[in-house]
Formats: sequence, C-alpha cells, structure tokens
Amino acid sequence: MWRFHRLFEKHTMILLIGILVVVSIGGLVQITPLFFIESTIERVEGVRPYTPLELAGRQIYIREGCYTCHSQMVRPLRDEVERYGHYSLAAESMYDHPFQWGSKRTGPDLARVGGRYSDEWHRDHLIDPRALVPESVMPPYAFLAGRELDVNDAERHLRANRVVGVPYTDAQVENAAADMRAQVDPMSSFDFERRYPGALVRDFDGDPTRLTEMDAIIAYLQKLGTDVDFSNYEAEAPENLR
Amino acid sequence: MESRARAGEAMIRTETITGRAAPWEAALIAAILIAGGFLTVFGAAFATDPMFKVQMYMAMAGFVLGLGGLTFWLGQDRAEQATRYHDNVVKAGVIASMFWGIAGLLVGVVIALQLSFPNLFYFPDLGWTNFGRLRPLHTSAVIFAFGGNVLIATSFYVVQRTSRARLAGGLWPWFVFWGYQAFIVMAGTGYLMGVTQGREYAEPPWYADLWLTLVWVVYLLVFLATLWKREEKHIYVANWFYLAFIVTIAMLHIVNNLAMPISFADWFSYSAFAGVQDALTQWWYGHNAVGFFLTAGFLGIMYYFIPKQANRPVYSYRLSIIHFWALIFLYIWAGPHHLHYTALPQWAQTLGATFSVMLWMPSWGGMINGLMTLSGAWDKLRTDPVLRMMVVSVAFYGMSTFEGPMMSVRTVNALSHYTDWTIGHVHSGALGWVGFVSFGALYCLTPWLWKRERLHSNALVEWHFWIATIGIVLYITAMWVAGIMQGLMWRAYDQLGFLQYSFVETVEAMHPYYIIRALGGLLYLAGALLMAYNLWRTARGDAPARAPVPHAVPAE
Ligand code: HEC
Ligand code: HEM
Ligand code: HEM
Repeated sequence: MWRFHRLFEKHTMILLIGILVVVSIGGLVQITPLFFIESTIERVEGVRPYTPLELAGRQIYIREGCYTCHSQMVRPLRDEVERYGHYSLAAESMYDHPFQWGSKRTGPDLARVGGRYSDEWHRDHLIDPRALVPESVMPPYAFLAGRELDVNDAERHLRANRVVGVPYTDAQVENAAADMRAQVDPMSSFDFERRYPGALVRDFDGDPTRLTEMDAIIAYLQKLGTDVDFSNYEAEAPENLR
Repeated sequence: MESRARAGEAMIRTETITGRAAPWEAALIAAILIAGGFLTVFGAAFATDPMFKVQMYMAMAGFVLGLGGLTFWLGQDRAEQATRYHDNVVKAGVIASMFWGIAGLLVGVVIALQLSFPNLFYFPDLGWTNFGRLRPLHTSAVIFAFGGNVLIATSFYVVQRTSRARLAGGLWPWFVFWGYQAFIVMAGTGYLMGVTQGREYAEPPWYADLWLTLVWVVYLLVFLATLWKREEKHIYVANWFYLAFIVTIAMLHIVNNLAMPISFADWFSYSAFAGVQDALTQWWYGHNAVGFFLTAGFLGIMYYFIPKQANRPVYSYRLSIIHFWALIFLYIWAGPHHLHYTALPQWAQTLGATFSVMLWMPSWGGMINGLMTLSGAWDKLRTDPVLRMMVVSVAFYGMSTFEGPMMSVRTVNALSHYTDWTIGHVHSGALGWVGFVSFGALYCLTPWLWKRERLHSNALVEWHFWIATIGIVLYITAMWVAGIMQGLMWRAYDQLGFLQYSFVETVEAMHPYYIIRALGGLLYLAGALLMAYNLWRTARGDAPARAPVPHAVPAE
C-alpha cells in the first residue's frame, strides 16, 4: 500500500488529479442536492422580491458591513423565538443575493426587525446610536441622511437580479427608477402599489423633499421579516418538514 | 557538499539562460498589462459609479507601474544575477509579509478598541473608519495579505529546495508576487470605500476576483512547472500540502464568487446563488479557506521548517500520507457546522457535524507528526526561541482543532454560535497557529536568504515570544469568558419565566473583556514590531560583537 503511494509522489499530474478528485467529492455531495431537493425551501405565501428602494437599502447594508455585527437568522431555540420572533425560514431569504444570515451577534438579530420600531427611532438610532442606547457599540451613520440616493442604477439592479433568478416582471424592471421615488411619496404611488402589493409607502427619513440613503436603509429594515403571515403557518405540515 | 556546490555552479551557468526572461514571456506579460490597462481606461470612462471610477484609476496606475517595472527589468543585465535558486522573489515576499502582518494586526487593534471605546474610536463624519468597513479589512489583511504572502514566499522557497530546481518561469514568479500585491491593494482600498460583496472572507468585488483568478492560475503553473523540473525523485510532503492549498483555493474561489455585476462599469454584483444555497456555498468556501488557506498551506510550512530548524527528519512518513489525504478529504464536508440550527436542511447540518468531528483525527495526526519530529531534540526548545515558537504554534493548532470539533456538535454550537466564543476560537488558531508558525518561518528565512550566519538578536526573539504568548492568552481567555457568558445570558430566564436580560445588558457585560482583548492584541502587535526590527537588522547584516552561538545552519 505504501508502495502504491509512490505513484503520487513521483508524478506531479497524478498528485494533482488525486487532490482534485478528493476535494471535489464533499462539495458535490453536499451542495448540489440543495438545488434539486424540493423540500429545501418551504412553500409559504407572501415572500416577494424587494422593491427597488429596499434593494438599494440592502446594498447600503452590505456596503456598510452591517452583517459583521448583525445576524439575520433566528434559530428555532426557545429564547431566540421569544426574543426575536418566529424562527427564520429558508423561503424568507430565497431572493437574497447574497444571503445575509451573518455569523456574529455583536448587535441583535435583525431578521424580524421590520415594524418593531418607528422610522424616527431608526433614523435617530442610525445617526447616533448612543444617544438612544448609551451602552451601544454600534457605529454612527449620520452621513446616510445627507446622501442623495442614486436612482439611475435601479433598473440595472433589477435586471441583474433577474439574470440570477429573481422573478421581476418587465414592468417592474422598466419602472425601477420611478418606483424608487414613488415608494417615498404616497401622493404618486398608485402604480407602484399595484406592482408591489403590500409594500410600505411613506417618507422614511423624515425629509419629504429628498430621497436619501437613509430612506433606503430604513425602508429595507422595516421590510425585514414581515413577508410571511405566521398566524397560518404550520411548521409540522408535511410540505414544511425537512 | 563540495561536489554539490560545484554542480550548483555548473547549474548557474545553464540557468543564466533560463533565468533570463524569454522575449515571448516578457511580451505576454506586457500584453496582459496593456490589455488590463485598456480595460481600466474603458472602466473609468464609462463608470456609472464614483467608487468604481476611483478603483479603475487605481488599477490603471497599477498597470502603468507594472509596465514601467517590466521595462526597467528588461533593461537590466540579468545574466550576472541569475543564481542557483530564484530567491529575490522570496525576499520580496518576506518583506511584504512583515509589512502586511503589521498592517493587519494594527487594524485588528483598532477594531478591538472601537468595540471597547466606541465614543473615542468612531467618527460620525468618516464613514470609512466604521467597524463594518474595517473588520473585513482586518480579516483580509491578516489572512490574505499576511498569510497569503507568507504562503507564496515559503512555497517558492520550499519547492526549490526540496526539488533542487530553480523556480520555473523566469519572470512569472514576479508576476505572481506583484499581481497578488495589486489584488490586496484593490481589495483593501475598496473595503474602505464600501466596495464589498458582503460575504465573509469573499468580500473583494468581481473585477478583483477575476484578476486574482489570473494570478492564481499563474501561481499554480509556476509551482507545477518547478515540480516538473525537479531533480529529486519524490515530491516532498510539504509540497503536497502546498499543492492542495493552491488547487483547492482556486476551486473554492471560482465557484463561490460566481456573480452577476449590475454592469461592467460598476462594482456591485449579485451573487449567482440565493438564500440557503448561497449560505452553504459560502460556508463551503469559508470553512475551506480555513482548511486550505489557514491549515493546509501552513502545514506545508510546518513540514519543511520544523525538521530543518530542529535538524531532524519528519517523525513518520506513513502518518503524513494518511493525515494528508484524510485531512483534505474530510475538510470539504465540514462547512455546514457554520450553519447549525439555521434554515439549512437538517441532513446537511448532521453531515457537516459528523465530518467535523472526524476531522479531529487527521488534524491531530498532523500535530503529532510536527511535535514528534522533535524527539531527540527537545533540548533545543530551551536554546532556540525560533524553534520554540514553531512548536508552540503546533500546540495551538492542536488546541484549536480540538475546540473546533467540539463546537461543531449541535448542542455546543447552540451556545457558541454568534458569540465571542467563535472569535476566541478563531484567534487561538489565527494568533497561535497561523501567526506563530509564520513568524517562525520568517525568522528562519531571513538569515538564510540574506546569507547571514544567524539572526541579529535571539534575545529579541525571546521577548517577542513571551510578549506575544501573553497577548494570545489574554485574547483568547477573555473571549472564552465573554462568549460563554454572552451565550448563557441570552438564554437565561428569571423565576417568572421571562427572558432575564435585554440585549443591551449583554453588550454592556462584554465591555471589560473587550478591553482585555484589545490589550492582548496590543501586546501581540508589539511583538510583531520587535520582530520587524530584528529582521531588518539581520538583513542589514548587523550582528552583536559577541561570538555567534552555535546554531543549526540549514543544509541546503
Ligand atoms: C460594531 C457592530 C455594529 C455594526 C457595524 C452595526 N451595528 Fe447595529 N447594533 C449594534 C449593537 C451593539 C446594537 C444594540 C444596541 C443598540 O440598539 O444600539 C445594535 C442595534 C441595532 C438595531 C436595533 C435592533 C433592535 O432590535 O433593537 C438596528 C435596527 C441596527 N442596529 C441596525 C444596524 C444597521 C442598519 C447597521 C449598518 C448600517 C448596523 N446596525 C451596524 C452593533 C452594530
Ligand atoms: C478540526 C478543525 C476545526 C473545526 C472542526 C472547526 C470548527 C469550527 C466551528 C464549529 C466554528 C463555529 C462556527 C459558528 O458557530 O459560526 C468555527 C469557526 C471558525 N474557525 Fe474553526 N475549526 C477548526 C479549526 C480551525 C483552525 C485551525 C482555524 C485557524 C485559524 C479556524 C478558524 C476559524 C474561523 C476563522 C472561524 C470563524 C468563521 C466565521 O464565523 O466567520 N478553525 N470553526
Ligand atoms: C493584534 C492582533 C489581533 C487583534 C487585536 C484582532 C482583533 C479582532 C477583532 C476585534 C475582530 C472582530 C471580532 C468581532 O466581530 O467581535 C477580529 C475578527 C477576526 N480576526 Fe482578528 N485580531 C488580531 C489578529 C488576527 C490574526 C493574526 C488573524 C488571522 C491570521 C485574525 C483573524 C480574524 C478573523 C478570521 C476574524 C473574523 C472572525 C469571525 O468572523 O468569526 N485576527 N479580530
């Protein structure tokens, strides 16, 4: 047997191929089934793609590295469910490219933060966390309130999402920039609300004259974890068992 | 020895031919640089995003500098400089490692201070100094910039010595070196501006990923081609580990970074996968960045430098075969232990936990092989602080590969996940294993490369060793206490059956431990600064007047 190993020690290509074969197996067996086994993602109603404004907020969330301190994955443990709400389903992040489950909770989980606080609270908290929570170690994000949101890219963002599998309609893609503005302006949001039923429509940052990055991040935070109506979700139903 | 030296000299003469860049080679590199330059011109011209524009201008500057460097290089007469071994690129690697090491540790200390004293270390108007931007800078700087440079430099050194062949590819090793530095600068400056993919350890944007792919493929080819030229019959065990590291990182990098840019004139991209599939792909990558970057590559270092410095053969050849194949096979499966109790299907979690526990065995196989190599030479630990550093690193390796499997058990992970316990585990591996074994290798390499009899000062190495060890102990004990306390506080109930602590109470409870951690980090950084000074003096050729202590000089 030891003699057999000399093959690998004497031939670079055999060693190389041996390594490639050995390191490929695990990933193939573990990851590929996730794309084919249907029960991987629960069948629940209500999960919808992000609106252009929420998507921009999500981009800011990624840009600022909020994921380095906040998780978005409530585990099915008694204390977590009591602290944060219903445990997270795979379906709830099925449109998340990339996922933002996180690995460290320096701050609390945000998977269900939507609707928990008012917009003003979020704005004040993001501007100066320690003004509201003196013990906090969260960084201040005052500059978000001053930065105009770039709407020109919105269409491209939706298009790229569609390429990777998010089911945006043609109308949603074409109107992305307009929809971004419409979501903060209840007076002109009729078409927007038809395209994104159930999305929140209001001025999020307290400054109706401008569309800022603060609008976007708050719109995103307020949406988190609110898609699924858990009052009629049956965890034990056969289609939800995994 | 004598005849070997003479044979070597004869080699030099033939090597002068291959040591010089063939015209087509230089032309190809120039073509790559010019093509890259053109792409960046277009990128900058059509940029729809200011940050992308800045990055493109930076890349353009990089390509111009590269072309300038190439022209300069070609203008010089290389013939005289061609040597038996290509060591200049290794020297450059030693310097780069030391530089990025200190930078990365410094950022680590800064973010540790931010968590300890948020009022002092956050600046509301300077978004780029926020924790969320600096933390990826820290992790990438220590893992990819410091660790990566150590791995590239040592692999280039080791593969030449153990194959008795000059590094293949003339100019290409330099392309790997500078290409890799360019990648680091692009990624690092990007983080500060907020350019990130938002996936841990895979933060660099799509264009930096593409560039790294090119550099990495060249790295693989240089390594393979050197093995092909070898004059030893057998490929030495250290090279198996280096090769596994290079090949597997290529595979992980390409698959995990599949993404759709919103346009070719913007940095932002959407990852090809979503939600649960994305999570598993990412942790398949993330865990194996640990397994192949932070473990396999550094085991390659262990297998060359410890036997060399102790002047003893590797303990067991058979053990190295078994633990090599078992390690690389099992590691790939262990990713799901980062996703316990998440929305990942249960079967995948169980599979991941099982393989993680099994992984304990080959890990300790490696540890035993490293430690037992010292049998018969244990007394050297007292006199040789460099060897001691490397041996202690192997002990830390053993410790974190015991802790890891334990944390992979679901019930333990229910407590440890999301807490500072993970951070403690990370840094016992990172500071103890990765850091110390790298320091040991750099301490060995500097006198060897700069042809000095020994280091400038062994006493300074002693100081480094003890300061850094105290720093590690402060860091990891603080994080263990903090992590377990945090986990227990989150799940504590009062007599009435309500959650006992609000979240901010647990944040407040971390405060003293975060300060201790920052202190530990400062000590560790101080040790590294001593080291940089010592290496610099060694390279300059300063030795104290005292007669040199007898010291195992490596046989070539
Ligand atoms: C250094 C780590 C850190 C970073 C980075 C960070 N946070 Fe926080 N965050 C905290 C901590 C600690 C708390 C708890 C104390 C508090 O409320 O301020 C918190 C609380 C919150 C809360 C309140 C959650 C609740 O349920 O009470 C929200 C919302 C929030 N953060 C959003 C964000 C966003 C958005 C970002 C990125 C722009 C961000 N955080 C970045 C540490 C961080
Ligand atoms: C047998 C070997 C090992 C096993 C089974 C193992 C297991 C684990 C587990 C269970 C976690 C916690 C995941 C979580 O709850 O989020 C973890 C995190 C981590 N480990 Fe290990 N570990 C091992 C060795 C190492 C070594 C040697 C290092 C070297 C530095 C290392 C670096 C890390 C890092 C960086 C993380 C943090 C990942 C993150 O969340 O960002 N591990 N490991
Ligand atoms: C001066 C020494 C160091 C200090 C003070 C330091 C400090 C820190 C801090 C404060 C964090 C963030 C923890 C959190 O989010 O709560 C961190 C994360 C991390 N550090 Fe370090 N660090 C040091 C050295 C290193 C080294 C040498 C390495 C690797 C070789 C390393 C690898 C990491 C990794 C991988 C993480 C992310 C962990 C995770 O996501 O779970 N660090 N470090």
